[in-house]
Formats: sequence, structure tokens, C-alpha cells
Amino acid sequence: MTPFDYARAGDVADALRMGAIEGTAFLGGGTNLVDLMRETVARPARLIDVSGLSDRIEETPDGGLRIGAGVRNTALAEHAAVRSRYPVLARAILAGASAQIRNMATVGGNLLQRTRCTYFYDTDGSRCNKRVVGSGCDARGGFNRIHAVLGASDACVATHPSDMCVALAALDAVVQVEGPAGARAIAFDAFHRLPGDRPDLDTILAPGELIVAVELPANPLAAHSTYRKVRDRASYAFALISVAAALSIEEGRIADVRIAFGGVAHKPWRAVKAEAALKGQVPDDALFRAAAAAEFADAQPLRDNGFKPLLAQRTLAAVLGELTTGAAA
Amino acid sequence: MSLIINGVAVAPPADPRVSLLDHLRETLHLTGTKKGCNQGACGACTVLADGERILSCLALAVQYDGRSITTIEGVGQAGALHPLQQAFIDHDGFQCGYCTPGQICSALGMMMEAKRGLPSNVTSDLTAAVTLDRAEVQERMSGNLCRCGAHNGIIDAIRLSVEAAA
Ligand SMILES: Cc1cc2nc3c(=O)[nH]c(=O)nc-3n(C[C@H](O)[C@H](O)[C@H](O)COP(=O)(O)OP(=O)(O)OC[C@H]3O[C@@H](n4cnc5c(N)ncnc54)[C@H](O)[C@@H]3O)c2cc1C
Ligand code: SF4
Ligand code: FES
Ligand code: FES
Repeated sequence: MTPFDYARAGDVADALRMGAIEGTAFLGGGTNLVDLMRETVARPARLIDVSGLSDRIEETPDGGLRIGAGVRNTALAEHAAVRSRYPVLARAILAGASAQIRNMATVGGNLLQRTRCTYFYDTDGSRCNKRVVGSGCDARGGFNRIHAVLGASDACVATHPSDMCVALAALDAVVQVEGPAGARAIAFDAFHRLPGDRPDLDTILAPGELIVAVELPANPLAAHSTYRKVRDRASYAFALISVAAALSIEEGRIADVRIAFGGVAHKPWRAVKAEAALKGQVPDDALFRAAAAAEFADAQPLRDNGFKPLLAQRTLAAVLGELTTGAAA
Repeated sequence: MSLIINGVAVAPPADPRVSLLDHLRETLHLTGTKKGCNQGACGACTVLADGERILSCLALAVQYDGRSITTIEGVGQAGALHPLQQAFIDHDGFQCGYCTPGQICSALGMMMEAKRGLPSNVTSDLTAAVTLDRAEVQERMSGNLCRCGAHNGIIDAIRLSVEAAA
């Protein structure tokens, strides 16, 4: 690890002031950043610990929830309103990492966790445009079973590894940010980027900007929602494919629906094409499969991940089957 | 400020790079807590911070200044074992023993989580009280790997301890 200074931020103003200095990184639970620093992928000169900033979950006037960036992943999954009104979020969090990691990880850090592409971690032996822009991408022609099939670029085919973020994408969450240039609210789908020719940038955050909260709008669909994750072992593994979905049925037809996929792209993938194919239709398995096919029509599989579009289709069909038979909560 | 380790106040390291795990083992010579992977993947380094299970390998010691840490040395001693330690012995919850301190600290944290009603990935009703059946214990302990494959004994030891405590 490269040497660094450590300080705790007492409040947001404190964090912003200290965070404005070049070479500074914010520290949440450290479960991703400490690992990346040990591998020298990240080499900040200063860490400003923001894990003690807001850990509150509050009701908003419009009937949604405001989740402080310092809320631990476990605390969010455990919150009564999340379990009853946003089950997809509780389930997505509980499907990720291990209990120990969820106890440490913060909401802010979860949003900004970096890809698990092994070439990104391999500072000694691999070329990686996300680590060193312009150096090349060893994943494109290498082992790319976990990599993206949608929205990738020549420069980078990495996926975003978070489970929680897939649920937040389906729930139209809003990321509340404060920075040197003031405060702004960012729609979840606009928060993470596609790689393009700047895969070093995972999100649209500017240097020194701090995540202060994530807001969930009120959403009557969300109480009828779930998350399903397919992975190489039953627990404690990143997703190959995951699906977050919420839906309502009126008079035998799908009145409204939200779907997001994990494990398919550089960002949590909000499936607007699949949603459009489902709305107003009578739910059945053939429809679910057609909706997934519409979403993955432009998929560009790599050498090792050609199974993903079909696995995504089957997973979506299973999840929507579960939600339309009312079996899930 | 200071770290409270098993009830004793201890100075944090001067170098912020030192992990809680290395601080325990190298500075304080509390070698019960083990280093398996040093990257969050095995659970051997699990300790309790204010009663919550965490991975000491991914924790910078300075970040835990002011917090109360319990390691396996604080759970029980030779001649005065914690009932869960005895249960691991009685039900073959280990072979080489390397993962055991982490398994035991993790299980203690897990039991408190279940008591509070925290659901898991295999809980069907997110709002119901938790029953620690085999599948639940398996899922909740998935962050602790055992290279010797003593998992069945580990699950037995934990379940029987939970039943005995109920
Ligand atoms: C073995 C292992 C398995 C895992 N498996 C999964 C899995 O299956 N699914 C899953 O979703 N995740 C998984 N994870 C990842 C885990 O969820 C993340 O490491 C965690 O969510 C990161 O949160 P943190 O608070 O620890 O972030 P940190 O490591 O502290 O920080 C991560 C990044 O966020 C920045 N940051 C933190 N807080 C803020 C803020 N408020 N404002 C601005 N920037 C901030 C930091 O500067 C850093 O760049 C796994 C991790 C490990 C080690
Ligand atoms: S896929 Fe992206 S993260 Fe992986 S090696 Fe290529 S550029 Fe790096
Ligand atoms: S040593 Fe900490 S998880 Fe393996
Ligand atoms: S007892 Fe040997 S690793 Fe678990």
C-alpha cells in the first residue's frame, strides 16, 4: 500500500473541504477501497473517512425514503419500511457479498464499488484501460465469462458488480450529491456511465463530489417486487446475471412494470425495451421471453459469455412468473 | 482515543495502512484471529466490532478507533470455554482449526442478527421472525470458508447451541 494520511470528517462541510484537495479519496466501509489500495490499483494520498456521516433512514414528505450515504448495507436491508415497501432492495442487498461485508459496507461505497474484472486488479501483468487509460483491454480477447454483453465499448467490456444498485435502478432512485460546485440530484440511470472511450470513469461524479444520500420515490409497484441472482455457487459470489423486477396487474394485464438487469453491462441495466414490451399485455411465459429477447436483441457476446442473453431471458421469465402468480413478496 | 480490544484500551497504530487484523496479530500478539486471504474472501479474520461481525483484514485499524472489538481471545479461554466453542469440539466443527476463530466470532454475530429478525437471502417471508434451520445457517455462514470441509459439523454445532440457548 502506498502511504496516505487519514482523517475523519465531522460533517459534510468538513468532508467537502478536505475532499477538495487533489489526491484525496473518501472512505466508506473500506471493503473495496482497502483491497484496491493493497493491490495498488488505487493510490490515494489522503483518505477522508465519511463512514460516520448520516446513517439515518427517513421518510420523505412524498412517501418515499431518504437513505443516508453512511447507512450500512445490513441496516438498509433490515429496515422495516424497506422490507415491506421495497422488498426488491432488501433482497438485492442480502444476495450480495457476505454478512460481514454487508455489516461494513456503506450505501455510498456500494454505489462506487469498482468492477471485479480480474485484469483490472492485475497491476503486474495485464493491460487495462480502466486502470491506465489507453493501455489496452486484456479482457476483450481473454477470459471474459463475467463480462458485459450490452453497452460495452472497444475500450472496456467490464460489468458493474453491485446487486444493490440493480434494485436501485429498477426503483428510480435518486442520488443526492454535494460538491465544490454545490448540491445536485442525479437520476439513478444517469449516475453510472457506459465505458465509451473513458472506462476509467465509472460514474458522472466530479472530483471532490460526495454522495450524501439516496432517495427512493414513493412507488406503489415496489411492494410487489423481488430480486433473483444467478451465480457460480449458492452464496458469496458475484452475479453472472441478476434481475430486479416490480410489477402490478390490473384486469388480467400488466399495468406497470420495472425491470433492471445486473451482470450484463458497465452499469446496472434498466430494461426499458423489455418494460415497453410487457406493459398492457396479458402475462405469460412466452411474453416474458419475448420481452427479454427485445432487450437483448443488440447483445454482443464475447468469447466466454455467450450464455448470458439466454440466461437473462430465463431468469427474467422465472422472476416475472413468480411475481404474476403472486408467489413472491 | 483508543481501540478497546477485549475490554482493554489499546493505542491505534501510527501508520494508517495497518489493518485491524495486522494490528491484532503483529502489534498486540493476539494471534487467535487468522489471516486467510487478506482480501475479504474467506472470513478467517472475522472479529466482532460492537457486537457486529466484520472482516478485520479489510478494516483499517485507525477507522475502528473508539470502537469495542472482541476477538476469539475475548470469547473464551482454555478451561473457561464459551458454550459455542465447546459445541464445536463436541460436533466436529473443525479439523485443522485454522478457520475456527473466524467461524465462532461469525456465528456469535449471526445469532444476534437472527435474534433481531434480520432476514437472509433464503428467508421466504422478509417480515417474519427468523427460524435458524439448516438452510438459514448455511446461508448466513457463507462468508466463512473451511478448507477442511468441516461445514456440516460447524452447522450442527451452531444449531445445537442456538437450541440450547433458546
Ligand atoms: C469478497 C467480496 C465479495 C463481494 N461480493 C459482492 C456481491 O456479491 N455483490 C455486491 O453487490 N457486492 C459485493 N462485494 C462488494 C461490496 O458490496 C462493496 O465492497 C461495498 O459495497 C463497498 O462499500 P464500502 O462502504 O465498503 O466502500 P469503500 O470501499 O469504502 O469505498 C468504495 C468507493 O466509494 C467511494 N466512496 C465511499 N463513500 C463515498 C461517499 N459517501 N461519497 C463519495 N464516494 C464515496 C470510495 O472513495 C471508494 O472509491 C463484495 C466484496 C468482497 C470483498
Ligand atoms: S474489461 Fe475494462 S476493466 Fe477489464 S481489462 Fe478491459 S478495460 Fe480493464
Ligand atoms: S483474511 Fe479476511 S476474509 Fe480472508
Ligand atoms: S478446520 Fe481447517 S480450515 Fe476449517
